[in-house]
Amino acid sequence: MTDVRISGIGLHPFGRFEGKTTTDMGVTAVRGALSEAGNPTFQAAFCATAYAGVASGHKVLGALGLTGVPIVDVEAGCASGGAALMLAAGAIRGGQYDTVLVFGIEKMPKGIIRSSFFEPWREEAGLAATPAYFALRAQRLMRESGVTKEHLARVVVKNRANGVDNPDAMFRKPTTTEEVLGSRVVCEPLHLHMLCSPNEGAAAVVLQRADLTSGEAVTLRAAVLRSHLPGSVLGEATPMSGIDDTDIPPPSTRAATDAYEEAGISPDDLDVVECQDTDAARELLSYEELGLCGKGEASRLVEDETTVRGGALPVNPSGGLLSKGEPLGASALGQVAELVTQLRGQAGARQIDDAKVGLAHTVGRGANAAVVIVSR
Amino acid sequence: MTATKPVHDQLFRIGDDGEIRLLGGYSPSSGRHHFPLLPACPYTGADDVEPVELSDRGTLWGWTAVTAAPPGYKGEVPFGFGVVELTEGLRVITRITESDPATLEYGMPMQLVVAPIHTDDDGAEVVTYAFAPAAETS
Repeated sequence: MTDVRISGIGLHPFGRFEGKTTTDMGVTAVRGALSEAGNPTFQAAFCATAYAGVASGHKVLGALGLTGVPIVDVEAGCASGGAALMLAAGAIRGGQYDTVLVFGIEKMPKGIIRSSFFEPWREEAGLAATPAYFALRAQRLMRESGVTKEHLARVVVKNRANGVDNPDAMFRKPTTTEEVLGSRVVCEPLHLHMLCSPNEGAAAVVLQRADLTSGEAVTLRAAVLRSHLPGSVLGEATPMSGIDDTDIPPPSTRAATDAYEEAGISPDDLDVVECQDTDAARELLSYEELGLCGKGEASRLVEDETTVRGGALPVNPSGGLLSKGEPLGASALGQVAELVTQLRGQAGARQIDDAKVGLAHTVGRGANAAVVIVSR
Repeated sequence: MTATKPVHDQLFRIGDDGEIRLLGGYSPSSGRHHFPLLPACPYTGADDVEPVELSDRGTLWGWTAVTAAPPGYKGEVPFGFGVVELTEGLRVITRITESDPATLEYGMPMQLVVAPIHTDDDGAEVVTYAFAPAAETS
């Protein structure tokens, strides 16, 4: 099968940018990625976004005079960027294109995300309270995996410490467990500082058939998107009812299992992971769902510091969404940009030694879960 | 007396006696219940779904309190929010009448009730289903 390589990455920092449009931010990211790749001709473009509106990818490429090729906006909630990568990689592997531009753009409203996913009556009844679903999931993890509020706070401390060294992150000040546990309770057991901020930003990657790239380019080993199986009432599908889901694999596990198989690796082969940390408990749940540890063992990875920057398997060296904030359409590609930077050895103060294999994970509304594996 | 209005007309039924029942579905071939009523069994895709009224009793499986008004919500905060496991084995997302999480316990018995949300522009009290801790004697 044709190998697919990442020949260029580009980022617009994640944060709040008054007066800037998604088009402005997309232009910055796309220019960066194309420039790194040597400005190749691309035959198609996929634009990941959930909130930017009609034909938002066309607006970015229109501003750059790069229209004419097929441009498709891709929406898959928090996993939109992973979905766009899957489509682009599949098209290259299948021989339809040899070079595809993939980018993600977003400008989120402030506060609790309003989502058309919820019917009007659910909003009116107060049931469109996204942090409350996160809180119930956190409570379940605490009950079933021995996770404590201190573990949750330590995840925030870890990621914010990593974010200090990421110039593209929104929050660059370190924090302490006392400070996290001292922030107000949004939905028990989750405190304000345990939740990521929806925000703005853009990211882009250029995918190319391997023979068109130099030997140095990072290889895209797998890009898998999966949706949920029915059952979990606390899954990102947020149904009104569910059943005992003990034996029903969540979408992140399904995506990870397929991605490991596609890449021909196991979790033991990973050197660095970027995972969905919309809230601190979501990161710990991801450890279990991605097979980084066994079920019920997430708290151990916190206690033995496996996932800190100098640990055996660093998770979210970029600072994660807890430091960067979450621009939905851009977040998955932002993770991939971080992994490529790590694999190239260009991550500066946050560099993971000798990183060769990385995994990026996003999961959200739909449910949609995406797992991307890259290697050098 | 203030007129009341259900937040949605196909979620629950309030009888003349004021008692409330959730309107769900049951698939004989899968043996599973769901809520709200769907055109096919969400677990097997079977099209033999029968409308059923679900149990008004259950046990508390998860709970929290919402402290800031979520999008589109005009009622008061904080309010309780959680998951109740019905006797049919079904876990239902619901409001909880108790908004102090510290007073609730995993597995405690819960009773379905009618709960007010807010008063709409026409002066009608909009109501929804909710679960309350069941009185110990009942």
